[in-house]
Amino acid sequence: MNRKGIEVLRALLIVGVVAAVLWYGYGLLTQPDLFAGLSPTVSKLLQALIAIVIGVIGIWALFYAGNTIIEALPGKATDVLRPYLFVVPALLVVGIYLIYPAVGTVAQSFTDVPEGEGALYNYSQAFTDPEMLIIFRNNVMWLLIVPIVSVVVGLVFAGLVDRIKLESLAKSFVFLPLAISFVGAAVIWQFVYAWKPAGQPQIGILNSFWVWAGGFLVDWGIISEVEPIPWLFETPINNFALMVIMIWLQVGFAMVVLSAAIKGVPTELTEAARIDGATERQIFYRITIPSIKGALLVVYTTIAIAVLKVFDLIFVTTGGNLDTSVIAVEMYQQMFRFRNLGFAATLAVILLVAVIPIMVVNLRNLRRQGIGA
Amino acid sequence: MTVVADKETAKEVTRSRRNRRGPNESNERVSWFVRISVVVIVIMWTIPTLGLFVNSFRPSSESSSTGWWTSLFNPFQTDWTIDNYVNVLTSGGMFDAFINSLIVTIPATVIPITLAAFAAYGFAWMRFKGRSLLFAIIVGLLVVPLQIALVPLLQIYQSTSLTGSFIGIWLAHTGFGLPLAVFLLYGFISQLPQDIFESAYIDGASPFTAFTKLVLPLSVPALASFAIFQFLWVWNDFLVAAVFLGTSSDVGVLTIELASIVGSRGEAFHLLTAAAFVSMVVPLIVFLSLQRYFVRGLLAGSVKG
Repeated sequence: MNRKGIEVLRALLIVGVVAAVLWYGYGLLTQPDLFAGLSPTVSKLLQALIAIVIGVIGIWALFYAGNTIIEALPGKATDVLRPYLFVVPALLVVGIYLIYPAVGTVAQSFTDVPEGEGALYNYSQAFTDPEMLIIFRNNVMWLLIVPIVSVVVGLVFAGLVDRIKLESLAKSFVFLPLAISFVGAAVIWQFVYAWKPAGQPQIGILNSFWVWAGGFLVDWGIISEVEPIPWLFETPINNFALMVIMIWLQVGFAMVVLSAAIKGVPTELTEAARIDGATERQIFYRITIPSIKGALLVVYTTIAIAVLKVFDLIFVTTGGNLDTSVIAVEMYQQMFRFRNLGFAATLAVILLVAVIPIMVVNLRNLRRQGIGA
Repeated sequence: MTVVADKETAKEVTRSRRNRRGPNESNERVSWFVRISVVVIVIMWTIPTLGLFVNSFRPSSESSSTGWWTSLFNPFQTDWTIDNYVNVLTSGGMFDAFINSLIVTIPATVIPITLAAFAAYGFAWMRFKGRSLLFAIIVGLLVVPLQIALVPLLQIYQSTSLTGSFIGIWLAHTGFGLPLAVFLLYGFISQLPQDIFESAYIDGASPFTAFTKLVLPLSVPALASFAIFQFLWVWNDFLVAAVFLGTSSDVGVLTIELASIVGSRGEAFHLLTAAAFVSMVVPLIVFLSLQRYFVRGLLAGSVKG
């Protein structure tokens, strides 16, 4: 009894200290002129250090404090409550940041409508407005083109690179764009797509190549003249130019997963086929591809989800103008430019509905695997 | 039986054939086509980044009048310069943005990993009410677009002045990253052998100690995989930062600053190339040095999902 009392005291003390330190530390962060005497660079670095320490240490301190409280409780309560110490913090954050707002978004899409309009007003707007129809068309085009092309290029490259010596080096080059942000990729490709009027030297490699190659076509009389193309600013070619950037970013992912899957195909199968006189091409189509069907599907859906949510790439390059907008870009514009939160919520719900089939498949897989139960 | 035997013979045959004639014949036959295709794809995938990289070392008068490849072909007639980098780090907001990116990214990586590791351990090794339902919710959330959360959260943030605060964006990134984190770490932690826990408990360890002293050290590969994911995702994120953190130079991160240079067109445009590389250097280093873990995480996260 006495020992228990000391434990409780100790737990309370630890919790108190953790709370005080975090409170004080966070107070430091919210004072803008904390290090006013120092040079701006030094003060910025000091602030960064405090912020990082508080964020990183704080989360551990909270768990530690929670554990001391739970272990100080009477035996049975400890056992019952302990699992919740482990899972509740994560569930709480997910609840606050995903589940509660998701419910709120769905509700707001029906309630946040102009005076005197019905609950479905936002949805009827979304599916009748001509600009929205172009946006949906763009999303559908992205969904039809980008995942397929990324998977095919990734698969072909994975299949080819499997057979050369410098495999991992070659893969790294294709893989590298995965580390680049959409904004960074947008900058990179602005220089690829750069446009100068005809007659001036082109600084973008694509137009430079186009003018050079087009010169031959003119000489041979196939086309009458060649003009540099403003790839990002001419409808509808700009949509495809943007998709190319996305494909450039996604192929690395497809390649890595498919390459691992190809290596998982039993060599007995391919070697036996080779002995029976099958060509490499036949082996690839008849044995490798059927064996990695599962991986192909996963890669396809993963890229499809990424494509559905595509935002930064378009927002930074064309801002969604010139008929290039998609749902996520329009949603951002509705939130910040037009302050029309009800309509923004409606667009978010449409995005959610689009991924529900994939969610169902995931959950069905989960049930089949039976979570450790 | 016969099939197995056939396979064995087949292997034998290949082996002996290989020994006799060196490397596999049919491979030798296609290899020029294969090699050229691989090289073509590698070049196509490298040229865009290479172009920006070369331009970032050319004076703006040159990079806006001639293509970057002209400098590559005439390296001695080019005024190679690092002025772009010096300018972008001293005059623009890129330095502050770089620090802000660090402030945002490091806790926004550590906090979700910590929460997720605890939760994954709880889901994998503890019995409690609602376990499978709660885990199913996490898995269901794996593919939910984060856009679904933006409108209500924005309203909450604006009314509580969390907008523009670092803790606000740490928690936002934590919430959006957690489902994947829990799922990935669960996959790993649930596969740990049961014996190690039993012997730890016999030695009198509490579950908390078993978690910090046993599970975490053993899970380093999985933790590293997710850490790289989350680090790259947060560092490269534009949307969450734009919505919850805003664009002021006190808190604006690299992607925001870079996007504002893209938008400005006129005065800062010559800094764009260097600015882009400043924003990319950390993820590229992380990525190249820890590629192995990243690939492992990619495979665990996608093949199962």
